[in-house]
Formats: sequence, C-alpha cells, structure tokens
Amino acid sequence: MSEVLLKVDKLKKYFPITGGVLGRKVGEVKAVDDVSFFVNKGETLGLVGESGCGKSTTGRVLMRLLEPTEGTVEFEGQDLTKLKAEDMRRMRKEIQMVFQDPFASLNPRHTVEKILEEPLIVHGVKDKEERKRRVREMLEVVGLNSYHAKRYPHQFSGGQRQRIGIARALMTKPKLIIADEPVSALDVSIQSQVLNLLEDLQKEFQLTYIFIAHDLGVVKHISDRVGVMYLGRLVEITEADKLYEKPLHPYTKALLASIPIPDPDVQQEKELLKGDLPSPANPPLGCAFHTRCSACMEVCKTTRPELVEIEPSHFAACHLYNK
Amino acid sequence: MTQAPVLDVKELKTSFFSSDGEVPAVDNISFSVNKGEILGIVGESGCGKSVTSLSIMKLIPQPPGKIVGGEILLNGEDIVPASEKRMREIRGNDIAMIFQEPMTSLNPLFTIGNQLVEGIILHKKVNKKEAFKIGVEMLKLVGLPRAEQIMKEYPHQLSGGMRQRVMIAMALSCDPKLLIADEPTTALDVTIQAQILSLMKNLNKKLDTAIIMITHDLGVVAEVCQRVIVMYAGKVVEEASVRDIFKNPKHPYTVGLLESIPDVREKKERLYSIPGNVPKPGAIKQGCRFAARCANVHDRCFVEDPPLYKAADGHHVRCFLHAAGGEN
Ligand SMILES: Nc1ncnc2c1ncn2[C@@H]1O[C@H](COP(=O)(O)OP(=O)(O)OP(=O)(O)O)[C@@H](O)[C@H]1O
Ligand SMILES: Nc1ncnc2c1ncn2[C@@H]1O[C@H](COP(=O)(O)OP(=O)(O)OP(=O)(O)O)[C@@H](O)[C@H]1O
Ligand code: SF4
Ligand SMILES: [Mg+2]
Ligand SMILES: [Mg+2]
Repeated sequence: MSEVLLKVDKLKKYFPITGGVLGRKVGEVKAVDDVSFFVNKGETLGLVGESGCGKSTTGRVLMRLLEPTEGTVEFEGQDLTKLKAEDMRRMRKEIQMVFQDPFASLNPRHTVEKILEEPLIVHGVKDKEERKRRVREMLEVVGLNSYHAKRYPHQFSGGQRQRIGIARALMTKPKLIIADEPVSALDVSIQSQVLNLLEDLQKEFQLTYIFIAHDLGVVKHISDRVGVMYLGRLVEITEADKLYEKPLHPYTKALLASIPIPDPDVQQEKELLKGDLPSPANPPLGCAFHTRCSACMEVCKTTRPELVEIEPSHFAACHLYNK
Repeated sequence: MTQAPVLDVKELKTSFFSSDGEVPAVDNISFSVNKGEILGIVGESGCGKSVTSLSIMKLIPQPPGKIVGGEILLNGEDIVPASEKRMREIRGNDIAMIFQEPMTSLNPLFTIGNQLVEGIILHKKVNKKEAFKIGVEMLKLVGLPRAEQIMKEYPHQLSGGMRQRVMIAMALSCDPKLLIADEPTTALDVTIQAQILSLMKNLNKKLDTAIIMITHDLGVVAEVCQRVIVMYAGKVVEEASVRDIFKNPKHPYTVGLLESIPDVREKKERLYSIPGNVPKPGAIKQGCRFAARCANVHDRCFVEDPPLYKAADGHHVRCFLHAAGGEN
C-alpha cells in the first residue's frame, strides 16, 4: 500500500487587493481557493493549469514561503501550518524547492560552492571539509564536475544552471521536492536532459516530487498522478494515464485538445475554448469554468461543484457527474 | 505552375560586431516563401531565427549588427540595398511582422483605434473615417468581440490573447503579401494559443497571405506549416515539407530534437537527450556545428563544414551522411 507523505486539506491563499488613498483592502485575489489533495511517498504529482491559476502559490504555501489563509498541510502526519517559525525552518530540510528561472534564483556573486554549501550551514553541518566534500559529490550527482565548484552562475548555460538549482535543493537530503516549472525556460534538447536527471535522482534517493508546469506533455511524461487547476481550484486529479486518456472535466478536455501535436498527420478539428481566463479577483460564481464551458447547465452558474471521487481514484469537480 | 516566390533569401549573412570581433548570427542562409504558403522556421534559442526575420524587415540595430552579405528578394526586388524611405513603404504594405510580446509593440499611451487607424491611413491612403471603419472590420475579422468598443480601449485593458489578435489585425490591415510571425503564441496559454493558431490558418486561407512562422515549438510547426526550415547555430541544417520533417527527418539534430520531446499520446520510458549545450553563434569555427553533440559524428565532421545536400526533391540536409544526393 502506498504511504501518504503530504496531505493538503482545504487550503486557501487569498491576496488582498488594496486601493484608494488609504490603501484599504478593496477585494481579494483567491489565488488558491479550497484545494485538497495528497501526495504518496516516492511518487510524482504533476500540477498543471494556465497562467495565474495558482500553481506557484500552492507550491509556496506548502513550504510556508507564503502563509496560508486557511487549511492544513500535513507532512508525515505533522501539520506544517501550526509549526512555529523555528520548527518550520528545521522542517525545510525535508522539503525543498526548485524554481523556473535558474538565473534569478542563484546569487550571481557567489561561487557554486558557496551556493551549495549554504543549505548545509543553515542546517548545522559544522565541519567545513565535510561540506566541501558533499558539494563536490553533489555536483557529480547532477552531472556537473567538481571543478565547477569554483565558478560563478553566469559561467554556466541555462541547463547547467538548472542542474545547480537541483543540486542545491538536494544538499539537505530532502524527502519532498517542489519543482516549479523547472524546465520551462530551457531549450527542448536541454529540457530532456533535466527531466531524465530528475527521474534518475528520484530513483536513487527515493524522492517525492510535486512537479508544477504548464506543458502538458512534460507533465504527462514525468508524473504518476496529475492535478489540473483552474482559477485557484483543483478541478480534476487522477493517475496520469487516466487523465490523458479519459479526462472527465470539460476544462481538462479543452486543455488537452488545445495541445499542438508534433505530427502533421494529426489534424484534429479541435473544439476551441471560447473566451479568456476570467480574473481571479472576480471569479465567476458557481463553477469557475462555467463562462467558457460548452456543457454549462443552470446549476453551474450558481453552485460550486465539489471535488468528488467519480471513478476509483479519479476525482473531478463538475456538476455533470453529480448524482 | 511555378510562380516566382514572394520572398527569396539568398546567402544572407548578418553579423554582430563587438570588441571580440565578428559574430555571424545568421550565416549564409537561403530559403524562399511562396505565395500563400506558411513556412516554419524552428530552432533553439540563439540559433538566429529572430535575426533572420529582423534582417528581412531591415530592422537589425546597426551598430552592432549589419547585413554583411546576400540578397533578400521581395517580389524580385533586392531590398538589402534599399533606402530607409523605401523600407518604410515596404514595411506594412508588403511585409508585416508580429512579435512574441504584443505589449512591446503596442504603445500603452494610445488607444487601439488610434494605433490601428494611423497605420491604415498611412498605407491605404484613405481618410480617417474610412480608416476607422476598416479598423473595426479588421478587429472583427480576427474574432474580437465588441470591436467598436475595443477601438476606444488602451492595450492594458486587454488580455494577452486579445492583444495578440489586435497585433494580427494591425499587421493584416494593409493586406501584406508576407506576414512574419516571431513566436506569436509563445507567451500565451495553450487554450489561447490554439485560438490564435486557428485564426492565423484561417486568415492565410482567406487572404492568401504568405506567412513565416517562427517558433521553437515543433507542435506548432506540425499544426500550421506546410514547409519547414530547421536552424542550428546560424545555419539552415534541414529544409523539407512538414511531412518529411516529422516522418522522415534526416539531419541528426532534427532527429534528436524530435526524439527529445515528450509526447502526450504515448509514454516514452525515457526521453532521448542530445548531449551537451546549444552553442553560441560563432563559437564553433571549424567543421559541422553539430559535431560535438552528434550521435553519428565521424572524423570528417570535425574538419570540414558540410554543405547542404539534396536528400530528395525539396528535402535538403546539411550533413555528410546524406552526401550521396549531391550538393544542392
Ligand atoms: N504576492 C502576490 N500578491 C497578490 N497577488 C498575487 C501574489 N502572488 C500571486 N498572486 C496572484 O495569484 C494568482 C495565482 O498566481 P500564481 O503565480 O500562483 O499562478 P501560476 O499558476 O503559478 O501562474 P504561472 O503559470 O503564470 O506561473 C494570480 O492571479 C496572481 O496574480
Ligand atoms: N542586438 C544584438 N547584439 C549582439 N548580438 C545579437 C543581437 N541580437 C542577436 N544577437 C546574436 O544573434 C544570435 C541569434 O539571436 P536570435 O535573436 O536570432 O535568436 P533566436 O533564434 O531568435 O532565439 P530565441 O529562440 O531565443 O528567440 C544570438 O545568439 C545573439 O548572440
Ligand atoms: S555532419 Fe556529422 S556531425 Fe554534423 S550532423 Fe551530420 S553526422 Fe552529425
Ligand atoms: Mg507560476
Ligand atoms: Mg527570437
């Protein structure tokens, strides 16, 4: 039986919108709006959805880089949202993040050695020689060389910088890695190198991944299960194969139909999704997707559908499947 | 049957000059675009796609850049030596361009109507009222709802997808023979990308405008293009019909690239990956520019620069493995 590593329950993150001369709160962006899911030990959970749907915010709230507005995040049975700052800092040894932009996330004035050593210092590895040894080891693990330790980030290509970002996340031997668009900024030929590396590392160190991306092909390739977000909500979540073969939610269907297929013989007549993404500051009532949904019914305009298990381990939030 | 192409680029070379010397960002590339055709240009970042399109528009910043050789024949006229005055007539009238980030090419201080009408008056020699009418029609043509209202709105009031539609409307408002689209959907979400691509295909059919579609996304190429050129480090490494590129790729780089992309339709156990990094232009001085990363490399590749060989009719490959068909 698979063991749950992370359990997220009714998570919300609202950002205040301030306005007027007094900077008073005039509204809020519901960036993450009542999201629940779990991640099993050793698996990769993909999170997909269009820009602004709340993927990054979800990742940041899990790590408490942002404080949740409501909800709980249980890691190995412990509620992270209740931890004191000091305990949370210790907990970050177990949960690490890899970011999209390796350019922005690495300090340009520090050598690679210093960048990789830092998490060890933070987590109390006092022996300098040991730190240096572990840095050199890790560089080899991510496919760089130990002589790279003395170089600066700008001396590396985008793909190599992403390897450094991954190395940094691995320094403290975490159990969970939240990777936020780790390959989106990379060229196609470099992207597959990094995806392969992530897969190898997962096997080697029994890592659990939350893999955030908007590229549905990449997410399918790397994930065991996939969750689809729309306007701050999780609208569908299930095993990767099931999601791609038999999507239930109309939004997932539209999203999958929109992907350009690298095969000129497949000229699907697509059913194009109409209209634009509504503003998360002013999401539609009822089902957030109803304004663009071709199957929209009266109930969709007024009542928010719950995420329910429609088939074994296949959850969707859509009134079409209610009853 | 054979018609003169709308655009015929011959041995174009565009370089950038710095204290380190000359960097040939686009190095002797040749291709043509036929009337009503959609030609794709694909390649990874820095391979020279944008420099190619800016060269055709004669918008290369000079200095540091310069077209140092070759011809760009637009309906038979070589525009490389053309004056800036002549180029201003050509841009908008004959060739129009849309960019990845529409916000950089729309002026935030003017309404959509202002910007649209200005171009139409300039190029179509009509009065303001007629220009406004044409503008509204164009916005409707690109599928924007409430066109009259949008004419009065500012760029920031529109979403990314709407802005890109406005850019397409502007580009097409003067019936150009050639539209250059440089990563027109890269900044957009997939569902919006699908709308824009379908729009471009429909307009291409309806108006018979030739399109150069620049992208790094092979899915986009398969979906909209008829013919493709693949660029690598400033050179064209393969040119073929879209079908041949995907079903019968010849250059080891094209083959590797196709193998590297995860496909939503099937689960590849492990992705192929081309070793090494994408080289900077000018970094490789001798031999095939792909040699250091190539799975089929042989001794000759490190010393000699392969020419474009003919693999089949309309299929050209810059690789010694395909030398049998003779030089192009
Ligand atoms: N610090 C913040 N203050 C206010 N609003 C924010 C903040 N961070 C994010 N948001 C808003 O929350 C929503 C979700 O943003 P988020 O970055 O999580 O989206 P995303 O799914 O990661 O998008 P992308 O694919 O573009 O990275 C957006 O509407 C965004 O504007
Ligand atoms: N203004 C400039 N000054 C100096 N060099 C430049 C300039 N513009 C482009 N280059 C050089 O030309 C090369 C080709 O750039 P280009 O913008 O055409 O790449 P691209 O194929 O469009 O890449 P991308 O996919 O990232 O848009 C770059 O690697 C860069 O070195
Ligand atoms: S010429 Fe040689 S190195 Fe270049 S692509 Fe062909 S086989 Fe590979
Ligand atoms: Mg994000
Ligand atoms: Mg470019």
